[in-house]
Amino acid sequence: MRITTTVNGAVHEVDDVWPGESLLYMLRERMGLPGSKNACEQGECGSCTVYLDGEPVCSCLVAAGQAIGREVTTVEGLATEGQLHPVQEAFLECGAVQCGFCTPGLLVAAHDLLARVPDPSDLEIREALAGNLCRCTGYEKILDAVRSAARRQAEA
Amino acid sequence: MSTEAGTRTTTTTQPSGRVGDSPLRPDGTLKVTGEFAYASDLWHDDMVWGVTLRSPHPHARIRGIDIAEALTVPGVIAVLTADDVPGENAVGLEHADQPVLASEFVRYEGEPVALVAADHPETARRAAQRIHVEYEVLPAVTDPRRAMDDDAPAVHQPGNLVRHLTLRRGDPDATAPVVVSLDFEVGMQDQAFLGPESGLAVPAEDGGVDLYVATQWLHVDQRQMCLALGMPKELVRLHLAGVGGAFGGREDLSVHVHASMLALRTGRPVKMSYGREESFFGHVHRHPAWMTYEFGAERDGTLVYARARTVLDGGAYASSTAAVVGNAGTLGLGPYRIPNVAVDAYGVFTNNPPCGAMRGFGCVQAAYAHEALMDELAEAVGLDPVAIRQLNGMREGDTNITGQVIDSAAPVAELLQIVRDMPMPPPADTSDIRSRPGAVGNTTHGEGVVRGVGYAVTYKNVGFSEGFDDYSTARVRLEMTGGEAVATVHTAAAEVGQGLITVEQQICRTELGVERVVVHPKNTAVGSGGSTSASRQTYVTGGAVKAACEAVRAVVLERAALSLGRPANELRLDGGKIVGSSGEVLVGLGEVLGEDAVEETVEYRHRPTHAIDPETGQGDAHVQFAFSAHRAVVDVDVELGLVKVVALDTAQDVGKAINPDAVVGQIQGGSAQGMGLALMEEIVVTDGHVRNPSFTDYLIPTILDMPPMQVKVLEYADPHAPYGVRGVGEPPTISSGPAVAAAVRAAAGKPLRRVPIRPEHITGT
Repeated sequence: MRITTTVNGAVHEVDDVWPGESLLYMLRERMGLPGSKNACEQGECGSCTVYLDGEPVCSCLVAAGQAIGREVTTVEGLATEGQLHPVQEAFLECGAVQCGFCTPGLLVAAHDLLARVPDPSDLEIREALAGNLCRCTGYEKILDAVRSAARRQAEA
Repeated sequence: MSTEAGTRTTTTTQPSGRVGDSPLRPDGTLKVTGEFAYASDLWHDDMVWGVTLRSPHPHARIRGIDIAEALTVPGVIAVLTADDVPGENAVGLEHADQPVLASEFVRYEGEPVALVAADHPETARRAAQRIHVEYEVLPAVTDPRRAMDDDAPAVHQPGNLVRHLTLRRGDPDATAPVVVSLDFEVGMQDQAFLGPESGLAVPAEDGGVDLYVATQWLHVDQRQMCLALGMPKELVRLHLAGVGGAFGGREDLSVHVHASMLALRTGRPVKMSYGREESFFGHVHRHPAWMTYEFGAERDGTLVYARARTVLDGGAYASSTAAVVGNAGTLGLGPYRIPNVAVDAYGVFTNNPPCGAMRGFGCVQAAYAHEALMDELAEAVGLDPVAIRQLNGMREGDTNITGQVIDSAAPVAELLQIVRDMPMPPPADTSDIRSRPGAVGNTTHGEGVVRGVGYAVTYKNVGFSEGFDDYSTARVRLEMTGGEAVATVHTAAAEVGQGLITVEQQICRTELGVERVVVHPKNTAVGSGGSTSASRQTYVTGGAVKAACEAVRAVVLERAALSLGRPANELRLDGGKIVGSSGEVLVGLGEVLGEDAVEETVEYRHRPTHAIDPETGQGDAHVQFAFSAHRAVVDVDVELGLVKVVALDTAQDVGKAINPDAVVGQIQGGSAQGMGLALMEEIVVTDGHVRNPSFTDYLIPTILDMPPMQVKVLEYADPHAPYGVRGVGEPPTISSGPAVAAAVRAAAGKPLRRVPIRPEHITGT
């Protein structure tokens, strides 16, 4: 089937999509956007988190067809004009990235949190990111990064 | 995207940093923009997808395989079985005992039986279900404690014993006035790296294959692939693709031979990428362990003797079980002075999932037993948990249980004192639901919450032991590019997320005095970098990079000495210039190098280790030891069995922190994995079947589970190691879990002799 959807601000037509494919598969394998990650493909790890009409979702649990006529934003769409978003800068500079496989999903989840709650408490950060598994960092530097990103956004 | 993206050269040098600084990782920007190419992201024109058909039985004889129906599925390009393996149908990390594809027998649930290539992964998966395998189900050995019985079915001939390590020191029959003992059981832990096993095999015009793959050791993969493919290494070229974590789970082969077989057969690039469920069957796990320990001590708590018997379930194939037994035996009594010792450690074959390397490697299991027993001894002699450990803790110059002298820092007492003296977390705050045990489950209002504190300490060998020729190769080139001095460092040592590429750059900057360092893509075009495991890469590959830099520097300074008419030993490289002994600039590097590139390739070896005596276990088995201690503070809802870890504080001696921020990152992440085993992580295996191969049912710590961590890093240089470094990655995974278990025991008032500790163990229901 053909799917027309807006991804990172641009309208795309994607052909030959098999109806059983997830949005994650379509992004990664048919649209050249492998930034969203395939760590569990059952909605447990959050690595595939993208915005769908502004709501963070696990793209592995969304059928590709559900994206028809809707707006998708992936990790590839967070930076603007080559300038990293403060959340991306903070993850990089705080050492929140090791292997980095969880990073794209965490960035979208943290981006969403800071859009809703500009100055979150630690408990709010932990609750908001509880659906994103990281195996490398023990999460301490991820917390540092989100706190730092909140400060950067406040100063911007 | 192209395959080249998978091993993209990293050239970022901002901000710069030398040894002891904490520059940012050169792949970091690509990782936060989503552009970093992991193995599962690779793509190639004309690419097809490979999948694996796996055994549903823990033990069965294969009567026949009928692939005819699968071949009729539209989109299917090839279906391969054991008959199609071009070379030896046997691979294995230490012993080639595992078929590439099962032929006569399957020995564990999930063993690969057949391969399918198709134009869509779902097509390939559906076609695989149309391969008809006729199995004759056989009795399975699933209890490792029975695997050595005379009447147990043999998983392999001649029997089910992989290794029995015997260690005797002093008087093995010594007696003591105070005796404590226990049995302890450790469940099967999974590495649970997030990036699934993946690779892209590209057939080459010369008849060979280029494999882009996520792994921990390209050259040990290459050796096994050459045998299985029946091809010389010139035709089997490996390239490291982006690796999404490893933790030991990528030491054994996964997609390597399978993808290459399909690529060579079809003449098309073949991508294989496991889903999470397949990943649980596609790599080895941490050995479950059954341990019986006894300590004898004087009335003041001084250890007189220790006896231990450990059985490790190796599962169906050898993998690295023998080496894990080596650690569980030689290091199995912890960092303590013990004059009289009798240890027997066994690794056995069963029809359970194969077990092998995972961070901590045999020391993790043992630490649960010796640390729980140390707490028992403390109580028996009336000491507190820190005091008993400080009393018996190793010091520099002591001899360990294999007779090896600890010839650099062994700060056991100091590490414990540091964690004891760290500020305690505030009392339990149950006012916010998210801070209670059970967190947002809204299960309690905190009425039954009890706080507990626990301590643990460990030491771990760094690098490969027992006489293994453990070396790394580095090639370093220095040249002028666009008017700037540029160093290029090429090793095959796998970057798996830990930050080795950052360290390689830091060493080059330090030794060559240049800002810009290019990390060459990692591949088999340079000699082996050894394994990214055993906490060894900063030490061994770092040592190789340092030595290669020194060789390059010697050539450059010799040239400069000739042209300047000054002795080379009065010259240094700094800021892309040749400077004199007082720092005065003498000449630019460009004037010395001209159009030339100076390149040197060096193999670096650490001090040799030695095999242990087969009867007494005595010998200098290890090259270096790394020490860490943890203090855990937990709140336990003793009515519901729920645990919240409130603090997990640690101190560790790292010798020299090459990159202090990355060191802390390793310690925090390693501590989280240790905590996971203590409280939640277990692959549940029933009658040889894995019951929870998913992140729904195999739980790893989330950000809600992890407490804040206070980390204190000590730097007592090891004079035998480059820059004085000591391995970092593993100790935190060893001492964290036993500290958490001790804290839960203290809160719950129950012995709790098994991990992971489950709610029903705490409530006794």
